[in-house]
Amino acid sequence: MTIYQISVFIENKQGRLTEIVKTLSTNGIDIRALSVADTTDFGILRIIVNDPEAAIKVLKAEGVTVSKTQVIGVSFDDKTGALTNVLELLSNAGISVEYAYAFITHSKNNASVILRVEQVEEAIKVLTDAGVSLIDTIE
Amino acid sequence: MFFQKEIETMPRADLEKLQLERLKESVKRASNVPVYKKKFEEAGITPDDIKSLDDLKKFPFTYKADFRDNYPFGMYAVPMKDIVRVHASSGTTGKPTVVGYTKNDIDMWSDLVARVAVAAGVTNEDVVHVAFGYGLFTGAFGLHYANEKIGATVVPMSSGNTEKQLMLLQDFGATVLVATPTYALYLSEVAKEKGIVDKLKLKIGLFGAEGCSAGMREQIERNFGIIATDNYGMSELIGPGVSGECKFRCGLHIAEDHFIAEIIDPATGEVLPAGEEGELVITSLTKEALPVIRYRTGDITSLNYDVCECGRTHVRMAKVRGRSDDMLIIKGVNVFPSQIEGVLMNINHISPHYMLEVRRENFSDSLTVIVELIDEKLLERFQELDALRNEIRAKLRTVLGIDAKIKLVSPNTVERFQGKAKRVIDLRDKD
Ligand SMILES: [Zn+2]
Repeated sequence: MTIYQISVFIENKQGRLTEIVKTLSTNGIDIRALSVADTTDFGILRIIVNDPEAAIKVLKAEGVTVSKTQVIGVSFDDKTGALTNVLELLSNAGISVEYAYAFITHSKNNASVILRVEQVEEAIKVLTDAGVSLIDTIE
Repeated sequence: MFFQKEIETMPRADLEKLQLERLKESVKRASNVPVYKKKFEEAGITPDDIKSLDDLKKFPFTYKADFRDNYPFGMYAVPMKDIVRVHASSGTTGKPTVVGYTKNDIDMWSDLVARVAVAAGVTNEDVVHVAFGYGLFTGAFGLHYANEKIGATVVPMSSGNTEKQLMLLQDFGATVLVATPTYALYLSEVAKEKGIVDKLKLKIGLFGAEGCSAGMREQIERNFGIIATDNYGMSELIGPGVSGECKFRCGLHIAEDHFIAEIIDPATGEVLPAGEEGELVITSLTKEALPVIRYRTGDITSLNYDVCECGRTHVRMAKVRGRSDDMLIIKGVNVFPSQIEGVLMNINHISPHYMLEVRRENFSDSLTVIVELIDEKLLERFQELDALRNEIRAKLRTVLGIDAKIKLVSPNTVERFQGKAKRVIDLRDKD
């Protein structure tokens, strides 16, 4: 049930994002989901990769500030209302979602989303009890 | 308490009369030195042109470089047989700055430092522990001879060997500590750790040789249970004793019977009105071996001519705020990198390395402070990074009085300096 997201500090320097993505790919690390939050001055790149530990290692070696966080991957039928349902389950349980972003899957009928919440264990329980399927590994 | 009350409380009119008399003599002595002779000739001015104190500003400045160019004894105005002592300050690069003293110079210097010590409360009953390094450096000898002159018991301990320092402070019953603030702070911390502060009789601290922030002084005072005063000087001028605080600690009284102080705009060299902040320029009035005419100290301060609560009439200079070489003028405000450093040192999540970038955008100056983010935990929430940036900006605004942009960068991207750090990039001329 545990998926780790890597947060990378990016200075607002042209090409920094490209550099980071390139560093990962040359080291054989696949990015499966990606989101960038930024201002004019700096940004935080959030990624889900197939091998978080290796990613942290290569990025740290490049002098990049990185951190690892536990997030939840939710998979549901790709139809109207499915995501709303998931978010409602969490909000009814008093769990707020700090941010969410899409996750690339190979299935045509399924959509996947990464959710960042404060109470991870609690959220996992709420969702599994309601029969929502969670992604447990990234390949 | 006064060492030479009559002089220290002399009415300003009398003091200025004395200064004018002495200034004429001093400039005459200086014109015997080839470097001054040349400077005066180039400026088309002679000692006879001094009719009032105001005429001093017609004379050219003297710089530290003049000492370097005339190394080692080229600045002396008397023959070597009259020089009884040589001191030197270590330069950051190359040759030291060499100074010399006649017998009268040594005597006058001792008086000056004695004034500072007595103003701080030292009497002939005191045991003065001198923890400055003895050697070419003026500090130790300056304080040594002055306290002997007062009649105090001087312990020429010198620096280093903290264990022994603490043992002798205790055994000899020292009541006055002479040290750099950094070393005094260290001694006080070790003494506290060892639990021997109660066994010490210290009551006065005479610190110098390096700048001491108010916070640092308070800490030493608390640790040791003493009162500390600040004094100012530099070897080119004579050594310590050029100015010192009285017990009211509201500025450092400059010995105006021996020196004239001016404040100038470091950029234009123009003399600024009393009270304004600028670079301190000092002219010696009585020094024999090494007269200095309008010496650029490089120190930024301001002067207050109001008679002090202590009764002294001699002008007070504010605590030195920084070095003119480092000063930046941003939006008309004087900014010192040391002030910015002081703020950054007290903020978590960032490294102590920084760079400053000054630009001109839309006809207005802008300051960008570049700091390294070293705490990856802040990456969890974007708001935390924003909050960090706002915290730095707000604290800088409080201290500097201007708004700065904060740029967070990755660790180890700000340049590390081996020698003197060059942390300022001024792009205003190029834009
Ligand atoms: Zn006073």
